[in-house]
Amino acid sequence: MNDVARPGHPSHTVGPPLWLLAELTYRCPLQCPYCSNPLDFADQSDELTTEEWVSVLRQGRAMGAAQLGFSGGEPLVRQDLPELIAEARHLGYYSNLITSGIGLTEQKVRAFREAGLDHIQVSFQASDPELNNAVAGSRKAFDQKLAMARAVKDAGYPMVLNFVIHRHNIHQMTDIISLCERLEADYVELATCQYYGWAFRNREGLMPSAAQLEQAEREVNDYRGQLAQSGSAMKLIFVTPDYYEIRPKACMNGWGSMFLTVAPDGTALPCHSARLLPIEFPNTRQMALKSIWYESPGFNHYRGDSWMPEPCRSCDEKGKDFGGCRCQAYLLTGNADNADPVCDKSPHHDRILAARRAADHATAGLEDLTYRNTRNSRLFFRS
Amino acid sequence: MTRVPRLRPGFRFQWEPVQDSHVLLYPEGMVKLNTSASAILAEVDGHRPVADIIARLEQNFPDAGELTDDVCEFLRDAQQKHWIELQ
Ligand code: SF4
Ligand code: SF4
Repeated sequence: MNDVARPGHPSHTVGPPLWLLAELTYRCPLQCPYCSNPLDFADQSDELTTEEWVSVLRQGRAMGAAQLGFSGGEPLVRQDLPELIAEARHLGYYSNLITSGIGLTEQKVRAFREAGLDHIQVSFQASDPELNNAVAGSRKAFDQKLAMARAVKDAGYPMVLNFVIHRHNIHQMTDIISLCERLEADYVELATCQYYGWAFRNREGLMPSAAQLEQAEREVNDYRGQLAQSGSAMKLIFVTPDYYEIRPKACMNGWGSMFLTVAPDGTALPCHSARLLPIEFPNTRQMALKSIWYESPGFNHYRGDSWMPEPCRSCDEKGKDFGGCRCQAYLLTGNADNADPVCDKSPHHDRILAARRAADHATAGLEDLTYRNTRNSRLFFRS
Repeated sequence: MTRVPRLRPGFRFQWEPVQDSHVLLYPEGMVKLNTSASAILAEVDGHRPVADIIARLEQNFPDAGELTDDVCEFLRDAQQKHWIELQ
């Protein structure tokens, strides 16, 4: 991996951005306490215009991006979504709409299909209405989600259901999967919270204990076995929290190696949480996407491995995990250069162990979480 | 041999100039295909039965010889990965 570009020295070995994530807006009617949006999202209301998004999509496609995600916030609040979908199809993207389902109607589901949308992912908070609505901070979210999941299937899309898993719903694994089976989902993502943004703020109240996690893994594996036996094509993807690992994830497959996120205001990021890093990232309003990707200091900052301190520098696994997640290193050690503390070779691994211990003894209820809403966001901004 | 393969709903097969190869796109995923996989999938249109696909490939690639085993193995594999459905 030594021949990969060094900071400030982009080289031809930097591949194209194959995935483009368009975070169309931070606006959202829900208030999930694990939301990955920045804590101060309420202060970032200057969204790109339709024309500016179209330009981003065109540039990204010309550079080789093939997968496109429309996310947010809740992307449905953008009135120009149908236009952006049509443009994406015209350009040859495979487009994914990542939505809470709130604001979706059967007509929209069909109209998006006609405009060329390839896939809609509906996210749920739990397998029953009470818990779902409590987590989402909305009273009628669950029924709406069910109805929209069915509408997605009826319109001929592949059905992908996403459940964010945490200590308050992890006991529902079997129920969640059987709900998905009834809805005839093609893919089910059981994604344990990643602790960035609001989820980091609420980590103590969200992180499952080791015992909860073991139980959940057993349930998922049992169900997987049943599905395989019955020849079901439904695919279960269980993303376990890396706080219970001893090696970090290869974050984004390497910094600036294939993922490119554009935030609502046009800020370009190597991953959707990178905004929290003390690094200056370029804006698509001021710079061409190509220069952003190949030349900007922000994107070159953690390419290659010459930036690595010990223990990563001399580690023979650095080509595998790239030292883990920069955001996690920053949040947990105060320095984004450090090894991701998930790694048990990291001198800061004790922070992970402490979080695990806290999870074993946590008693906080849902009412103790800080919900993601404008009022709470403004509080963070001021403090 | 008489069964008709088709791409699973939500899957798209297309040429990507920047990657200089065909790819298979699906919800939040992409696989880069090698030349033989691309040649076979290019014939999968939801109408042609397996026997026709083999005949067309043998015609287009006369130097490749008998292709039945290779094509059937690939299709079986693709079905197991749930890329295609056989009707
Ligand atoms: S995680 Fe919840 S609050 Fe955040 S954008 Fe998604 S639906 Fe909205
Ligand atoms: S020391 Fe660094 S490179 Fe080595 S395994 Fe740990 S995080 Fe990865």
